[in-house]
Amino acid sequence: MRRQSLSAALRVALFPSCMAEGFYPRAVEDARWLLRAAGAEVTTPTAATCCGQPAYSTGHHADARAMMRQCLDAFDGADYVVLPSGSCASMLRCFAPGLMAGSDAAPAADALATRSYELAQFLDDVVGWHPPSDSLAGRRLVVHHGCHALRELRAAGAAENLLRAAGAELLSWPAQHECCGFGGAFAVKMPEVSAAMADRKLDTLPAAELLVSADPGCLLQLAGRAAATGRSLPVRHLASVLREAADGA
Amino acid sequence: MAHESRIDYRANANAILRDTPGVREAVTRATTHFDANREQAYGEIDEVALRDWAAGLRRHVLANLDRYLSQAEENLTAHGVEVHWADDADEALAVLETLVRRHEVRRVVKGKSMLSEEIGTNAALARQGVEVFETDLGEYIIQLAGEHPSHIIAPAIHRSVEDIAEQFEAQLGTARDADPDALAAAARERLREAFLSADMGITGANFVVADTGTVALVENEGNIRISTSIPRVHVAFVGIEKVVPRLADLGSLLPLISRAATGQRLGNYVSLISGPRRADEPDGPEAVHVVFVDNGRSALLGDLEQGEALACIRCGACLNTCPVFRQTGGHPYQWAYSGPIGAVLAPALLGLERAWMLPQASTLCGACEDVCPVRIPLPRMLVTWRQRAADAGLGFTGETMAIKAYRWVATHPGLFHRTMRMLGGPLGHALGGAPVLTEWTRFRVLPPADNAERDKK
Repeated sequence: MRRQSLSAALRVALFPSCMAEGFYPRAVEDARWLLRAAGAEVTTPTAATCCGQPAYSTGHHADARAMMRQCLDAFDGADYVVLPSGSCASMLRCFAPGLMAGSDAAPAADALATRSYELAQFLDDVVGWHPPSDSLAGRRLVVHHGCHALRELRAAGAAENLLRAAGAELLSWPAQHECCGFGGAFAVKMPEVSAAMADRKLDTLPAAELLVSADPGCLLQLAGRAAATGRSLPVRHLASVLREAADGA
Repeated sequence: MAHESRIDYRANANAILRDTPGVREAVTRATTHFDANREQAYGEIDEVALRDWAAGLRRHVLANLDRYLSQAEENLTAHGVEVHWADDADEALAVLETLVRRHEVRRVVKGKSMLSEEIGTNAALARQGVEVFETDLGEYIIQLAGEHPSHIIAPAIHRSVEDIAEQFEAQLGTARDADPDALAAAARERLREAFLSADMGITGANFVVADTGTVALVENEGNIRISTSIPRVHVAFVGIEKVVPRLADLGSLLPLISRAATGQRLGNYVSLISGPRRADEPDGPEAVHVVFVDNGRSALLGDLEQGEALACIRCGACLNTCPVFRQTGGHPYQWAYSGPIGAVLAPALLGLERAWMLPQASTLCGACEDVCPVRIPLPRMLVTWRQRAADAGLGFTGETMAIKAYRWVATHPGLFHRTMRMLGGPLGHALGGAPVLTEWTRFRVLPPADNAERDKK
């Protein structure tokens, strides 16, 4: 249900990201719920498909530009673009301007970069929405920050702020800041090394009830490798944990 | 060297993971330790200011390389150092061959030098019938084992103490359960004789100072100090990018390299060499030669997108922090320089056709750039190499087709959204054999979509 908002409501376009659409559709819904709870008017432009990162990171830049152009058009009317994926958010924020530099779409890419946010950063930094205090009290969680969220966006603090605001206990993890080995196409091109990297993360994991991440690709990688090696590892997207905290859903 | 076959990082890495799982364990343990030390050592100083300064200094040098190299040559020569220039590995080895003959060298001791590894010094000396001893302990271990270095600063990082005890028992007759001190003592015993009888000492250089004509070397074991002072002749192989403007620069650069490499405030020994023994001096070599080696560096310098790689000060911090390197160590890179910096330098110095796979060996996680003391933007440069590889038609089979297909689906929104929704559903699982997913699901189980999971509750 769309909230009847005054003209002051922020027009936010939600960009689900392909991984979340495929494997974490509930998290996409939860992200939409959170954005509305934070007072935004949310749309999900159909034309927004892929940010082009798989093509960009494998070096197929002409293909990446084609996909990026489509995003630029899709998000033309939004005040903000919010993504439940640190990796895709960094594609829009950090890499798109370089990718489109020198083309006629460069100004649009520059503008999109400044109004695109990873979900936790948007909630914590931009609109200042926090889940109710104590709504996650007594929960022992461990957080995995996707590398782009961690190092390109510096979004780790925002995700942790939101969880701590709800009273969750965040366990320390020796390999917390190491890559899970997903790396988009890397996981397919060098699956053995990628799996060994996931094992390193899983071998050092503390005893938490839930592994939380704002990156669908990392969740897929860690859950997938845990299942393949017989580990029981409940994982959940940050958006779903936050909605649960705020809504009891 | 020029026509060697493609470096197959993936096959090499898979072989290591499968056949010698101890390598993964040893490398992860050692690099994690170095990386933690580095972080602590950075924390003790104004890391941002020092790294910014060092990054700026190294770029300044690269932008004025000709000037500083001529100044260095002039000042080195004034001290009685003979300066040589080599365009490539063959020329560098030809210089060495001449020096070996001129100084009637039969035995060489070497300090650890990645450049001499790069150009294949040991094999060249062996062809001339010269006996060579690596004198860095790690380097000595792998020389005895017939291996190449697995890391820029820790050549035997892939080996456990137990491994080495076993090797030394067979080769040096130490006890089966010898501890690191006993192993080092056994090596020292052997090397002492080599130090005293060697005719030539070969080293690299951490830096060459232009304004004073000084070769600067930093180390922990003292073997470089001995290699450069006891033998009659000292030869330093130096990459042309290693020059720095002023002696004073070393005051900040050498501590930075140590902090970045091992977390030390400064290596145990710093050698500043300004020429052969003077008439009134009791010791030191009779002759000092500096061989400046290009070997592809000038061409790299002119590469606007990759030339910054020459700012590297060879601390190995990017290797220590790299989650890919940690799984396999340096051998799968099949080259002197491994890890992120190796993957950026290799296509430039070995050719993209041979080395295109190395820049693929990264998740672009950015940890390398985060720790680099001279702020080389390694992930961006890896992407640029991938772009050039794709443009040149190099890359994994099927990748270009897969990207084109994905682009086609992505530019048809209705189809795209239906496909994505299907992937996590039952049909997607049934299609576990779809082209992109097969490789993935060989090592992982595709989780069910999260709505399915929740609906069960």
